[in-house]
Amino acid sequence: MTSVRPYSEVVIHGWWTPSAHISFENYVEVLENPLYDLSRGYMNSFIITIPSTIIPLIIAAMMAYGFSRFSFPLKNYLFVLILFIMAVPQQTMVIPLFFMMKSFGLLDQLAGLILIHSAWGIAWITFFMKNYFSMLPKEIEEAARVDGASYLTIFFRIVLPVSLPAIASAAAIQFTWVWSDFFFALMFIYSPDKMVITQKVVTIKGEYHIDWGLLTAGSILAMLPPLLIYVFLQKYYLRGMIGWASGKG
Amino acid sequence: MREIKHALFFMSPGLIMIAIFVITPIIGTLYISFVTDNGIGLDNYAAVISESSPDKALIKLEDMPRPPPWGALIHNFVWIAIHLPLTTFLGLILAYMLKMVYGRSIVKSIMFIGMVIPMVIGGLIIRFMFDKYIGIVPRLFGFLGITMLDKTWTSYPDTALLSLILGSIWLWTGFSLTIHAAAIDSLPQSYIEAAKIDGASTWQIFYKVVAPSVRSATLTVVVMTMLWDLKIFDIVYAATKGGPGGSSTVLALVMWLYFARALDYGRAAATAIILTLLTLVPATIFIKRVVKRSA
Repeated sequence: MTSVRPYSEVVIHGWWTPSAHISFENYVEVLENPLYDLSRGYMNSFIITIPSTIIPLIIAAMMAYGFSRFSFPLKNYLFVLILFIMAVPQQTMVIPLFFMMKSFGLLDQLAGLILIHSAWGIAWITFFMKNYFSMLPKEIEEAARVDGASYLTIFFRIVLPVSLPAIASAAAIQFTWVWSDFFFALMFIYSPDKMVITQKVVTIKGEYHIDWGLLTAGSILAMLPPLLIYVFLQKYYLRGMIGWASGKG
Repeated sequence: MREIKHALFFMSPGLIMIAIFVITPIIGTLYISFVTDNGIGLDNYAAVISESSPDKALIKLEDMPRPPPWGALIHNFVWIAIHLPLTTFLGLILAYMLKMVYGRSIVKSIMFIGMVIPMVIGGLIIRFMFDKYIGIVPRLFGFLGITMLDKTWTSYPDTALLSLILGSIWLWTGFSLTIHAAAIDSLPQSYIEAAKIDGASTWQIFYKVVAPSVRSATLTVVVMTMLWDLKIFDIVYAATKGGPGGSSTVLALVMWLYFARALDYGRAAATAIILTLLTLVPATIFIKRVVKRSA
């Protein structure tokens, strides 16, 4: 409610009082005023989130297939490593990454943040997809093998298409997490024109004075994409959440 | 041999990405945390642990009976002590109740919004809800005549940490609800029917039949919530930046302060490693359970 009313009115009467003054001025202002420039942050968030969802999904699905269909040395240790990465805090890797990105010329670049998000997402998506793959019946794949299909063909033509529900779940969660991320963005992006939406929203809140109208308008805009994903992909979202936490798809 | 070749083909892109952008930095952090002016040693750890300035202290117990700051590490523990049992239990009981009550989809939606939105926004909403002029919580206390709590909670040392913890209960209960609801849904209906025929009340069914049979889900929730409480950052940054006077700071925020404000990479790394060591407790439980199940 606060987001659609002028600041003066909110503070004097409270946001819950009925009033005729409903306007979308706050929305227009946070989006267009160069001081906040939320439209830019929105763009940047999409530019980062979409590849950071697709890249780790492909790489992790391949890795999960490797885990579930082949046996090789150190396999169990590698799997434990994947689980360990899922639990490690982001804080544990950012300092060396900061200098690494600097030397690659990727500091304060959207591409750098995409790389970091992609690498970070691989572990949990591998875990999630591996559980799904190990539940799939192997007969079809074996039949295709006998017909002379390569593993690559089997993976892309047979395994991935039947895994679409799991892929949708992983994509819904990964999208939400990358979109919602604040810590990585705070560490690796500092130019105002490259900041993502979560960084932009925090800058609306001043140190002492808070314009709640602008802040709530910005907040609602920032939470809209993950909220829409949840509303429209609810089933997949919840399955992804359960799979991430317990390994049961 | 051929099998190894195929496995390598499927695994190498992921392994390379993880080796470069995850494993190398983790080892790097460990190394940086030991580098000091006088060679390799534990100086950074000693400095970080004995630090006494309120915004960066990890343990600051001399003022203990008085309100925070008590140090970031203690704040994280307080967070776990309050947030973990409440979200776990609330999620469990809501999951049970929502199976029978009308209007459950509304309650569910409200709980899930907290889980879906960016945590930064969660922090801002907490700031909003506990604001003296527009927030609902101080108004409520003002209405009840408890003027002591009719104030902007996030601006006072005695209430800042508490407001963040209480607010974060809403942000995370949706998770506990999801996991517990899935477990309850997969219980055989005959369990509950049998208890009903035996004349058990709704409450008895809950704590004698339902709660014990979803123990595994509860353990999952406990482990993941503990990790979440240890890693907490966005909420604190957005709502209070650890203030006022360090009274709501947490480990992850202290790490960031050392890195971005003090430019002291050794101490930032030492703080990150301390945080990682703590996460190893829930992480080990998580890994053991998964490995046991897939074996």
